[in-house]
Amino acid sequence: MSIRAGIATRDKHAGRDMTASTSSAANSGQNRMAAPAGMLIDRDRPITFRFEGKSYQGLAEDTIASALAAHDVWLLGRSFKYHRPRGVRSMAGFEADPLVQLEHEPNVAADRRKIEPGLEVRGQHYSGSLENDRQAIIARLSRFLPVGFYYKAFFRPQGVWQRVWEPIVRRSAGLGSVRTDSPHGYYDKAYGFYDVVVVGGGPAGLAAAAAAARAGAEVLLVEQERALGGSLNYARFDAEGVRGTRLRAQLVGAVEHDPRIEIMTEALCNAWFANNWLPIIRANRLYKIRAREVILATGSTEQPAVFRNNDLPGIMLSSGAQRLLKLYGVRPGRRAVVLTGNSDGYGVALDLAEAGVAVASVVDMRANPAPCPLSMAARDRSLAIVTGHAVYEALPTSRNRHVRGVALAPIIGQGQCGPADHRFDCDLVCMSPGYTPAYQLALQAGAKLGYDDSTAIFSIQGLPAHVSISGSVNGACDVDAAMADGEHAGWLTARTLGLYAGTEPELPGDRGERGINFPWPMFPHPKGKEFIDLDEDLHYADIVNACADGYAELELVKRYSTVGMGPSQGRHSALATARIVADVTRRKVAQIGVTTARPPLAAEKLGVLAGRGFEPERFTAMHHRHLEAGATMMPVGLWWRPAYYGPRERRETCVREEWLSIRNNVGLIDVSTLGGIEVRGPDAAELLNRMYTFAYLKQPIGKARYLLMTNEAGTVIDDGVAARFAEHHFYLTATTGGVDGVYRAMLWWNAQWRLDVDIANVTAAYAGINIAGPNSREVLTGLCRDVDLSAEAFPAVAARVGTVAGVPARIIRVGFVGELGYELHVPASQGEALWDALLVAGKAHDIRPVGIEAQRSLRLEKGHIIVGQDTDAMTSPHECNMGWAVKLDKPFFVGNRSIEIRLKHPSRRRLVGFEIDDPHSPVPEESNIVLDGDTITGQVTSVARSPVLNLVIGLAYAHPRVETDGVIHIKLSNGRMVDARVVDPPFYDPQNKRQEM
Amino acid sequence: MKIMHCPLNGPRNISEFTTAGEVGEMPDPRQADDAQWAEHVWVAYTKVGVVKEWWCHAPTSYWFIAERNTVTDEILRTYPANEIYRERKHFGAPEDHGG
Repeated sequence: MSIRAGIATRDKHAGRDMTASTSSAANSGQNRMAAPAGMLIDRDRPITFRFEGKSYQGLAEDTIASALAAHDVWLLGRSFKYHRPRGVRSMAGFEADPLVQLEHEPNVAADRRKIEPGLEVRGQHYSGSLENDRQAIIARLSRFLPVGFYYKAFFRPQGVWQRVWEPIVRRSAGLGSVRTDSPHGYYDKAYGFYDVVVVGGGPAGLAAAAAAARAGAEVLLVEQERALGGSLNYARFDAEGVRGTRLRAQLVGAVEHDPRIEIMTEALCNAWFANNWLPIIRANRLYKIRAREVILATGSTEQPAVFRNNDLPGIMLSSGAQRLLKLYGVRPGRRAVVLTGNSDGYGVALDLAEAGVAVASVVDMRANPAPCPLSMAARDRSLAIVTGHAVYEALPTSRNRHVRGVALAPIIGQGQCGPADHRFDCDLVCMSPGYTPAYQLALQAGAKLGYDDSTAIFSIQGLPAHVSISGSVNGACDVDAAMADGEHAGWLTARTLGLYAGTEPELPGDRGERGINFPWPMFPHPKGKEFIDLDEDLHYADIVNACADGYAELELVKRYSTVGMGPSQGRHSALATARIVADVTRRKVAQIGVTTARPPLAAEKLGVLAGRGFEPERFTAMHHRHLEAGATMMPVGLWWRPAYYGPRERRETCVREEWLSIRNNVGLIDVSTLGGIEVRGPDAAELLNRMYTFAYLKQPIGKARYLLMTNEAGTVIDDGVAARFAEHHFYLTATTGGVDGVYRAMLWWNAQWRLDVDIANVTAAYAGINIAGPNSREVLTGLCRDVDLSAEAFPAVAARVGTVAGVPARIIRVGFVGELGYELHVPASQGEALWDALLVAGKAHDIRPVGIEAQRSLRLEKGHIIVGQDTDAMTSPHECNMGWAVKLDKPFFVGNRSIEIRLKHPSRRRLVGFEIDDPHSPVPEESNIVLDGDTITGQVTSVARSPVLNLVIGLAYAHPRVETDGVIHIKLSNGRMVDARVVDPPFYDPQNKRQEM
Repeated sequence: MKIMHCPLNGPRNISEFTTAGEVGEMPDPRQADDAQWAEHVWVAYTKVGVVKEWWCHAPTSYWFIAERNTVTDEILRTYPANEIYRERKHFGAPEDHGG
């Protein structure tokens, strides 16, 4: 630590010298470089935030991690299993280590989230403090925590997992914590349609977007970072270090000036779905984008090298160090060792040296690296270079808080090192062993992954039509090759779209794949801790042992070891794992591949998926009248219906009064939600005859008839009433919840039957009012002059067309509630007017609106079933006593053959009525079971206490043997039993005299 | 999300559609024995390869037929049902039935 402390002091002095011009930059951390370093940050806008309770000053556009790094704070979190100190690695998000806790948000990527004034940030996953995590002791137990530990350790004795281990494991593992009192966020969705969507705004994506747009395509360019440019923003391509900036200006300028290109930055294309449907997440909005063509220019992911203690804070990907330098103007350390297997490492070394970081050594794993412009520039700068060596071990400061040096050893074989022969002090190790194409979206689209043993690099083949890849994801690793590849992809896509795109641009000759990946940058150590997967704390031996335990297939290795299951989803571990499994099982890497790529690409918030609610609601034409009358509304399917007219606390009184008003006087029920279907044409009666169990061919005009529908299995699925208004015209009602299915079923069957009939769902076109009760005729007579309402002229189940209160109405005498009553079906636009007129006309009779709770109880007194409440997915008509409505002598109806078969077999249950007359007896609830000894024979389907009969009445399924006046035994919700007497419904007015008045 | 071409409404998101399974011939209810009828009602064959299926564009309740490869989930063709169902279906003489 002495080196670090010494340099830190010098830096502070250097900072003070600069305070005159850039005071805020100076306060923003001792590792902050002087202007103009840091293309993203705004030096004029300092921002103060807190981390672990301590205040820090950063600059606008800093991430949490970059602002802390500027203050030399590197320890951001503790690892999942061993609680080892961890810090930034990629500065690109996606891995577990830099996940932090905000006040109202857990698992925030510190290397992506921008700081805000007053932001409270804490580390995650420690006990005590982040600096001194009490659970770090677990690391010492690592040899007792082998791969597959959970499977091996906790399964016996029985129950010990739930009682003992799970609570302990849950406390010591896991990530951040959720606060249930967090305020709600606003999330929504948007939709977009484009000719071309380019995913990735690096050199290839920029070139592709420009080329496609030039040919006339409407292009959306999606970039997950804040600034377009990709690697042009931070990587080094030439000895002078100017090429990236120049190329960026040129490519980004072209894209930004093209009106056909829409640019979306800080936007994550989180999946590829069929037919180029892309969910793109930007802040709290989910864009659902449809593209005719998709170009995936997703780039590649730099890979870590594998050596002992490769997880220490201060050890990072070279691109991570470059992002700190170039994007945020933060020095990633004071004294660096660069471990490389390609020329990019020399670029990093040059960048570091130019930023004032001492480069202790460039360690090139290649024995005889071919000279390249970058390595020559490094030599010109007299940087120390060691070839044919690996970092064999990183040396930690106390409690593994930071790297303090490395031990190098010569590479003598694949993954084998000789004795360590160099040692360097350093506080920064940059790793450049190679790359993996960002293959996730391409694989989701159906591509296959290959592996070229000569280049040691994954490749992607077999994309579906209308999806292409370009740039380094396509193996065009060199920046010029990537641009040329992008240009070509844009041209080809435009041509596929039928646009004139000019002559074919040349494909790159040298794609730069060769020599970019060092084939085996993994060096197992006898003492372990060479991490393959940092999210899951898996080291080299864990993968080897998973194979040794018999799991040779990658999908099994993954499930057994959990490799690739953490937040980085294998971005940094899949290549290493595939290489090890191939090596251990003596197969080719191409045969191992990677585990199945599934959406989403990265973690997404549930709020983004939920967005704003688009729950449709339906109101009847009289809805506002119900509200004005003080009704308590309840949902029925999508509809809102009045349960009863009054406040919740007066429920019992309201229901009772409404109930009695219909039995003794007159009431109005809004039945608009009933389904309405018009059937017209020469085959109208034939259609009904085939769709419903009853008979309709000879149904007289001006009469209504009951409708019972079964499905092909002979199960009751709907009921209603058919009114015949003309030879070729029926008006049908269906249940509120069933009408859409009924209508769809009719159309489906008639697509096969080809009957000459027109079927229309007119539910929304009609409002319905049931006026019922002994005084209903009198009230209606005052409003209806053109229909003779007398019992003789308009008897029960008759149907008429007339005018009520000036409103054209279909009038049907039906008896659902078991009293004299009329259903009035009128155009929805006039429902409210009719409702008002009926209330005025009925004033003298003290008419009152009646809600559905009373309606349901009234129909129960009559023993009328409600399909879906008193029937279930297997109820046959005969089980629910509807055999009278089934005409098996018809040539055909849907369900007839199945009903015939079911009638041959003894029924297992029957719907019976029951009564409980003891006023002190507890009342069963719907769904309470009916028992015959130990055997469940059925359940209660409807129950109510009738104020008219002064009894508890109900319907229940019971054994078919149960006889009238027998007893059924009902088990209450509290476990007690109650007996009920079996009766034949209807309970009320068994002769049906009242509805036929 | 997959796109399906409705013969009536053109290309629409697959979430707007529902399916009623494979297009199959209903056995003659008067000829089929109980076992054959039960098989018709309860057994689905989930064939591997190209199948004809019933699909319905839910917002318009329009039924049509799609030929789909169940292995690749590729929709090969969609067309109106009357390409297959051309004649009025009869179930014996209606005059002595009904009421």
